Amino acid sequence: MEALDLARWQFGVTTVYHFLFVPLTIGLGVFVAGLQTAWHRTGKEQYLRLTKFFGKLFLINFAMGVVTGIVQEFQFGMNWSEYSIFVGDVFGAPLALEALLAFFLESTFLGLWIFGWDKLPKRVHLATIWAAVIGSNLSAYFILAANAWMKHPVGYEVVDGKARMTDLWAVLTNSTALAQVPHVVAGAFIIAGGFVLAVCGYNILKERRTDPDRTVPMRRGAGSIWRTPMRAALVMTAIAGAVSAGTGDLSGKLLYEQQPMKLAAAEGLERDTAGAAFSPVPGVEIPMLLSFLATNAPDAVVRGAEDLQAEFAKKFGPGDYRPNVPVVYASFRVMITFGMATVGLSVLGLWLTRRRRTPAASREHPAPHGPVRGRRRTVRVPREIPSWFARACLLALPLPVLAMIAGWLLSEIGRQPWTVQGELLTAASVSPGVSLTEVAVSLAVFTLLYGLLAVAEAVLLVRYVKAGPEQVSPAPSTPAGGSGNGDATAVMLQPTLMY
Amino acid sequence: MELTTVWFTVIAFLWTGFFVLEGFDFGVGMLAPALSRGEAERKQVLGTIGPVWDGNEVWLISAVGAMFAAFPAWYAGMLSEFYLPIVLVLVGLIVRGVGLEWRGKVHHASDRAWCDLGILIGSALPAFLWGAVFADLLHDSVTAMLVGGVFSVSLCLLHGAVFVALKTLGPVRARARRAALVLSAVALPAGVAALSGIPSAGTAAGGPDAPVWIWALALAATAALAAGVALTWRGRDGWAFTATASSVALTGAALFGALWPAPLPGLTLAEAASGPYALQTLTWIGLIALPFVVGYQAWSYWVFRKRLVAQPS
Repeated sequence: MEALDLARWQFGVTTVYHFLFVPLTIGLGVFVAGLQTAWHRTGKEQYLRLTKFFGKLFLINFAMGVVTGIVQEFQFGMNWSEYSIFVGDVFGAPLALEALLAFFLESTFLGLWIFGWDKLPKRVHLATIWAAVIGSNLSAYFILAANAWMKHPVGYEVVDGKARMTDLWAVLTNSTALAQVPHVVAGAFIIAGGFVLAVCGYNILKERRTDPDRTVPMRRGAGSIWRTPMRAALVMTAIAGAVSAGTGDLSGKLLYEQQPMKLAAAEGLERDTAGAAFSPVPGVEIPMLLSFLATNAPDAVVRGAEDLQAEFAKKFGPGDYRPNVPVVYASFRVMITFGMATVGLSVLGLWLTRRRRTPAASREHPAPHGPVRGRRRTVRVPREIPSWFARACLLALPLPVLAMIAGWLLSEIGRQPWTVQGELLTAASVSPGVSLTEVAVSLAVFTLLYGLLAVAEAVLLVRYVKAGPEQVSPAPSTPAGGSGNGDATAVMLQPTLMY
Repeated sequence: MELTTVWFTVIAFLWTGFFVLEGFDFGVGMLAPALSRGEAERKQVLGTIGPVWDGNEVWLISAVGAMFAAFPAWYAGMLSEFYLPIVLVLVGLIVRGVGLEWRGKVHHASDRAWCDLGILIGSALPAFLWGAVFADLLHDSVTAMLVGGVFSVSLCLLHGAVFVALKTLGPVRARARRAALVLSAVALPAGVAALSGIPSAGTAAGGPDAPVWIWALALAATAALAAGVALTWRGRDGWAFTATASSVALTGAALFGALWPAPLPGLTLAEAASGPYALQTLTWIGLIALPFVVGYQAWSYWVFRKRLVAQPS
């Protein structure tokens, strides 16, 4: 066991953990901002209740994303000093931009949003949540551009054994980044959509257990406060699913050109093969599909791991240039299966919850102006959400999260043995002066702390989901000014969301 | 001015901004149990930093990000050399962050106590360790680390107490003022010891005499600290806070003045620097973005400018 191994474990553990919270921050933030916008536009109380309810869940989760993110920024310097020195000139730029352009925006405006409910004009307050979520999404772009550079380095030259940036624009518009950013952000929206679906599904089931009107089918689900967020989450997940599939396909084609070894590992392909088959599960092969997916040409040659290994050994010197094939192979399938399952669920849900036409002049929905000449007037009414679907929605919580984890394992384990593809090996990236003991201590400390916090976060989220949305008090009165103490006017800090 | 000097100045500015802003956050976090009697007052004390601490923390993230981009070898060398202290800083920032964010969300008094413990430890650890790490960079001695750590903690405590006095009304404000005066008994001697060591840091290692302006900065930092205490005594909360904030800022300026041009032993800025293209590009982006950042952060302080009172729940 070397410090290198533990440093890799530490990076894997802390990064995967960090990325449990970040996607939810990215997607749920936009969802909450959307709810508040709906409240702003319509003035309907239910939107305010939902904004505050999902806002609380968002904030509980946001805290974890922030604190685990600091570890990420420091970790490169701590465990990977040789990597940092090699790449800092290029890789540091998007990180610095992330802090300057995204994190300040996110943190400052979120503070204003949390505490500004009765201090800011409604319109300005709405703008603060949008500014914060723009910050979150912008940060995703910068860090993913940095990550994309590790897999497909562009806009640089190597001078004195260090990468020197020659073109920041090339780094920020790296083809790999342009495919990866929408793919990961779409994944974040699927995770957030799945989270909302699970919350709504749980609460709809709970409502049915306790609702005295359960015998009236029309009321079941249809009149529930959970119907709107569920529909919104279904739309969000389905659209994100389409983006995810499209950009995933694009990423596969880029792999073919830029990281053939990762593609070979993802498919378990040993030899260069023309008209390569795709195997959704081991043992089942669909002829020519892999070649078609990778290049749009069914008879194209896809490189195999053994042949690439021989080529790389000739080019870079002796060594093993293959990643851990079983892990990469399995991750790829988990990602696709679980991701697609969630998106499929959302499409099914959209169909199940569509409105249905019903004659307008019924007892429940009297037509305002009587029948229209020529054709019978109808109105569209919400359809009942089936209980089995509400139950299936609970799966939408874990499935996309597992898909996201698997996607990162595919992406980053598939990049091995390189930290910077073709330029710097992982083994040459680690801090030379940091001992095995030091890494072991920090790995143990972070793993233990992260484990405890995960339990606390889960307990807290479950408690709030179970409690459901609170009734909102009527419009908060403006703070009483002037206690006769000059500028030291005392006001109460409205404990709307915090403290 | 050379680009490396520009970026060293930017990084010094970001670190100093972090010291000034998170300085009072750390102080408030450490003082919260001492300044409050009961839950309503505890909320009042923590409410003074509630809306702003997260934005303040980004100054640290920006400082470290800028080091990574502009001086990769400085970033990598400093973080890998002070490995275990940095682990503890991160643990502190983690437990403080979740403590502050979750405190208002938990329902039981025992859960709140855990959050309070996190806020206390999570404020004390980084406050002590950053002081110790920078003191060790200057002097490379255990004694200096201790002095630096104690000075940093006591300065944060004093700065935080003055901030609470400025931002609250009622018994908490009176307690915060008293606390500031008591704390000055530690902060002033520690300040004299730590600040007087800054200019001579290079000289002891056989380097050239410190420039006069570093002496001037260190002296001004000490004077501002004393002024902060005197102004608290006179009940001038706003001016007292201006004085302690100036003291922290001047300490940061003196510290980075002493670190120039070799931020790590045996590593000059020129050796550590990124290429001219990277520095130039980042300079333009930084020049455009930084005024906006300072502007909207200042606006958020303006929005939350009113003093807080304890609010029975």
